[in-house]
Amino acid sequence: MTAMMIEAEGLRKRFGATQALDGLSLAVPAGTVLGVLGPNGAGKTTAVRILTTLARPDSGSARVAGLDVVTEATEVKRNIGVTAQAATVDEVLTGRQNLVMIGRLSGLRRRDARARAVQLLERFDLTDAADRPARTYSGGMRRRLDLAAGLVMRPPVLFLDEPTTGLDPTSRVRMWNVIRGLIADGATLLLTTQYLDEADELADRIVVVDHGRSIAEGTAAELKRETGGARMEVLLTAPHPGARDALAPLVDGEIVFGEDGRHLGAPVRAAAGLTTRIVRALDDAGIEVDDVEIRQPSLDDVFFSLTGHPTEDASGSDSDPELEVTLA
Amino acid sequence: MTATTLPRGPAPPRGARLAGRVRDVAVLTTRNFTHIRREPLRLSDVTIQPILFTLLFVYVFGAGVTLPGGGSYTNYAIAGLLALNLTTSAIGTAVGLTTDLSSGVIDRFRSLAMWPAAVLVGRSIADLLTAVLCTAIVAIVGLIVGWSPSGPVLDIAAGFGVFLLFGYALSWGCACLGIVTGDSESAQNVGLIILFPLSFVSNALVATQHMPAVLRAIADWNPVSAVTAAARQLWHNPNPSAAIHAWPMQHPVLAAVLWSVVLLGVFAPLAAWLYGRRTTE
Repeated sequence: MTAMMIEAEGLRKRFGATQALDGLSLAVPAGTVLGVLGPNGAGKTTAVRILTTLARPDSGSARVAGLDVVTEATEVKRNIGVTAQAATVDEVLTGRQNLVMIGRLSGLRRRDARARAVQLLERFDLTDAADRPARTYSGGMRRRLDLAAGLVMRPPVLFLDEPTTGLDPTSRVRMWNVIRGLIADGATLLLTTQYLDEADELADRIVVVDHGRSIAEGTAAELKRETGGARMEVLLTAPHPGARDALAPLVDGEIVFGEDGRHLGAPVRAAAGLTTRIVRALDDAGIEVDDVEIRQPSLDDVFFSLTGHPTEDASGSDSDPELEVTLA
Repeated sequence: MTATTLPRGPAPPRGARLAGRVRDVAVLTTRNFTHIRREPLRLSDVTIQPILFTLLFVYVFGAGVTLPGGGSYTNYAIAGLLALNLTTSAIGTAVGLTTDLSSGVIDRFRSLAMWPAAVLVGRSIADLLTAVLCTAIVAIVGLIVGWSPSGPVLDIAAGFGVFLLFGYALSWGCACLGIVTGDSESAQNVGLIILFPLSFVSNALVATQHMPAVLRAIADWNPVSAVTAAARQLWHNPNPSAAIHAWPMQHPVLAAVLWSVVLLGVFAPLAAWLYGRRTTE
């Protein structure tokens, strides 16, 4: 049996009329990354606050590094690093002063705290800004400082609550690289995100959360498979009556033609060399082709098929406008 | 159970609980001082305000006030001005705490394995040290405009000690206020509504003899009156309250110390409890 670094059983938490968590369970084996994926208000932050001892569950239990988050909260705190959604650094202090303060409050000697601050500032590319007040930092710098603040004691378990929400694309990619570095160091990581590509990019396994409950779990590939296989989209140079027969042996369902007779699509079982075989089959039948695309289902498709509603950013730049038309 | 095989962070050194708490308080006190260094205007209520008040009261009020039993208004006023300044500047504790509580940094503190109460104690100690600064400024300005305490040096020091003890106790009351009110503006406003009457319905700036009976009874039992009368007695400054029969006015030093101990005994645990409640989700 693999050791579970993070384990939650039936977590429930109510805030007034809102049932923020409604029986959430999850498990993260040591050294792996779990992506907790869900829209705003799904209960992701509440889950992180309970797992990091900042909030108490109404019922259910959770263990982090084998320690109970309610009865052994202080011990849990020694084993975790937290980066919350909102900045948790002291805005008036400089980046360096923040990191030294956290080191000191975590029990480091002054000299060790200073040395650790220097290391972290360097690692997160903040050395030039080290002696400026944190409130002068850009959004991306502040997130990196926040992340550094959670790493002062080299904790074996890390919680990152929406680490890239609100960052511009460049800062986001930079943050991803920083997080990949942490994963390479062997940390166990729980990462919440609204971004499907982010979970796909960073997590070993994904839990999809909606209305305080886990509605699906698996690797990105498993979740995609659950939603259905890949799709083939072909654009012929001109309409051709032989296209259906030529492609029939290669597809995994009905071939649908567009009104212009040139576009056709069908579900396929993704396999190596599929595009080559499609082109060859069409060529053998004397049919000219302009474009062939094998499209993997996106996690947006997964989320929609699981929840019946699109994700928060479905209308954003990441999504496929055609997909929305199809779904509507 | 597989828990024992999980990688863990370093264990804390044994028997270091008290040392750890002292360190946490020292670190957070230093943090509050760094804030002051960055934003020196925050200190205006303990630097510029006392100078202004002292000059205003000594020269504007002093010109028109005759003390029952005679004596110099300047010698009378300095203790009262200290009381006024220390009382109103205690609001700084409330404002500082609400500011912390409404910012994300409190989550950072809560996610560390530190002594939670260090947030409160560190704040109170930083505020005590600014109260020392405030006291020194009033004393120096007082000496410049003609204030002359007399008597044994120890008594004079004790007079300052009574003030600082009271100011410290009061800052815990303000800490409670800061935790209960949601934002720093409310804390400031509510604080002034409480602390202005507390400092003015007293013997701090006028003798209580001519107040209406009800106000006079309040003033004679007001801790601010006890502290002010105690300092006047210890400094051998004019103290018209000595002629009042109310117990605190007859035993001002004892009354001032008792008041401070009681306020501290009530508000420090209350602040800790309120803080715990406020930071529990």
